[in-house]
Amino acid sequence: MKSVATAAVATALLTATAVAAEIPLADRKSGYDFMGRETRAMQDDDTANPGTLWVLDGEALWKRKDGAAGKSCADCHGDAQASMKGVAARYPAFNAARGRPIDLEQRINMCRTDQQQSTPLPFESKELLALSAYVGRQSRGMPIDIADDERTRPFLQAGRDMFNQRQGQLNLSCGQCHDDNWGQKLAGAPIPQGQATGYPLYRLEWQALGSLQRRLRNCLVGMRAQSYTFGAPEYVDLELFLMWRARGMPLETPAVRP
Amino acid sequence: MARALINVPPKAKRGELIEIKTLISHNMETGFRPDNTGKPVPRDIITEFVCKYNGEEIFRAELYPAVSANPFLTFFTIATESGTLNFEWTGDNGFSATESVNITVE
Repeated sequence: MKSVATAAVATALLTATAVAAEIPLADRKSGYDFMGRETRAMQDDDTANPGTLWVLDGEALWKRKDGAAGKSCADCHGDAQASMKGVAARYPAFNAARGRPIDLEQRINMCRTDQQQSTPLPFESKELLALSAYVGRQSRGMPIDIADDERTRPFLQAGRDMFNQRQGQLNLSCGQCHDDNWGQKLAGAPIPQGQATGYPLYRLEWQALGSLQRRLRNCLVGMRAQSYTFGAPEYVDLELFLMWRARGMPLETPAVRP
Repeated sequence: MARALINVPPKAKRGELIEIKTLISHNMETGFRPDNTGKPVPRDIITEFVCKYNGEEIFRAELYPAVSANPFLTFFTIATESGTLNFEWTGDNGFSATESVNITVE
């Protein structure tokens, strides 16, 4: 009986060390660094970056009056170039009213329901992506700065646990690819580090702009794991951890990825 | 109304080779995809793109269902004279979009 317990402890220790290989800060790379020359050129040139189409739509939405309150985003926040500078780099952020972190899309929808007295925009709708791309664009190049304090720490830990949790029929964790095997190939495509530096981003495979949650859903489906509904707290915790993991790296919104 | 982005150098030297980049928002629905209920989604694509330089056609492209969403077309021309570049996209369901950009040739 005792030897069984010892074996169990030994296994637990082995598992613990196996998942503890976080990428050293200096070795972190954006998905941008794994892309080909042409795709990088596409992201760098605003007139070639299809994400710009969403940013321009977002700019129009920012000024559009909506809801029972008849207010636009600009009526409260003014010029987004000044008021939204650096905001996206801090999200997901702790929201006192909700008692938990919320991501940028949820923050936009909170403004819609509370301030504009309108209906929340559906996740992955063109309007919500346009607004989050427009707000995100104002922080382009700024370092990602996620609050690591006593309020966010439990949620950061939940996100980290999910990142390291084996799941799905393939019994894989996020970390097994993105911490342990980045730079290797998966079916001919390079495995990036999973640094969430450019969301919402234009994925050539999607032929559209998509949020980080859509990307996470893709990964979960690939692992043959159960995905969550958009806006689920599990996703936001994981988003929070991923953004913290990319802390200090410049925001690229709207990025382009293959 | 579709949104289009055009990148043309605002100034060029006479005889200089200039690159023109165009990007337009369009779903380019192929007509081969089923929707949630299994019915095919009808085709909705841009079929033609024309660029005119001071009224003279300098570039034309025909687009087909295999072209990706938000088509990005780039091409080159020689800057001959100051004037206007006109761009026109036409497609299914009466789709039509136009843009124009001025260029100064010295």
